[in-house]
Amino acid sequence: MDMEAAKVLGAGFAAIGCGLAAIGVGVVFGNFLEGALRNPGAADGQQGRLFIGFAAAELLGLLSFVVAMILIFVVK
Amino acid sequence: MHQFAIEPLFGSDNWSIAGHNIAFTNSALWMALSFGLLMLFVSGGLKRQLVPGRWQMAVESLTGFVDNMLATNVGPNGKKYVPYVFSLFSFILFANYIGLVPLGLIGLHPYTFTSHFSATGVLSLMAFAIVLVVGFAKHKLHFFSLFVPHGTPLVMIPLIFVVELISFLVRPFSLGLRLFVAMMAGHVLLEVLSSFVITGGNAGAVTFAAAAVPSFILMIVICALEILVAGIQAYVFALLTCVYLNDAENLH
Repeated sequence: MDMEAAKVLGAGFAAIGCGLAAIGVGVVFGNFLEGALRNPGAADGQQGRLFIGFAAAELLGLLSFVVAMILIFVVK
Repeated sequence: MHQFAIEPLFGSDNWSIAGHNIAFTNSALWMALSFGLLMLFVSGGLKRQLVPGRWQMAVESLTGFVDNMLATNVGPNGKKYVPYVFSLFSFILFANYIGLVPLGLIGLHPYTFTSHFSATGVLSLMAFAIVLVVGFAKHKLHFFSLFVPHGTPLVMIPLIFVVELISFLVRPFSLGLRLFVAMMAGHVLLEVLSSFVITGGNAGAVTFAAAAVPSFILMIVICALEILVAGIQAYVFALLTCVYLNDAENLH
């Protein structure tokens, strides 16, 4: 396999991480909704924590995007 | 891609100070535009009427939102950061939104400077610098207790210290990276979808119906998603800045 093909393949594999991050974001919002429906009165006060959890889950997926970009544009 | 290209405007290619090029780029232009719109928006709400009008109500709800965010995350000590976090939040919010305005319809090229790490990285480094300065000024060397959570067993302290130190040091990186990648990925996605629409539309009736029309519908939905993401990312940036300021103000 030549270098160019390996790079593009690696970038494609890195995109799997985006899907995994999607699972994480779904878990964060899903569990928040589950808790919020049980106790709607307390839900509004926890919105900050919801978005901190969302940001952490999302960041790890975005790192896979960075890996893909590095493989395509930086690796010679 | 052309929408991410930074280029000097108004013939300012060769402006320089001490050998460094300071050309007025399109990035600087859109930063100025974002700042100008923000000034315009806020100055409309400074009339201090007893019964606020619609404009003043909009400005007050934005400042009240940031005020509330600092009050819940930092507590009473957070009041003095309201100007900084408000500027940060609304600057990023305006930048994200004016980058999404479809000015291409009238021949102009909208540009989102938050889709460049050099811009978001500086914003996050500023937040990190404030955390360091406030933390060391307020707690002196006691600030290092941030890296050892209360009640850690003695044998675990060296390991926990290293882990906490690393997680502290990657903060400016992760903060800037999140905003930059979210904005850039969204704009790349829109560009890819629009290229599907254009090439599919030019390739005959069957491809037009099978590829171009579904892509166009998907693109409308993704545009709505991008509007949501632009707001959420500005909010997350400001929120995480508040969380980091809380560490500096109150330790753990």
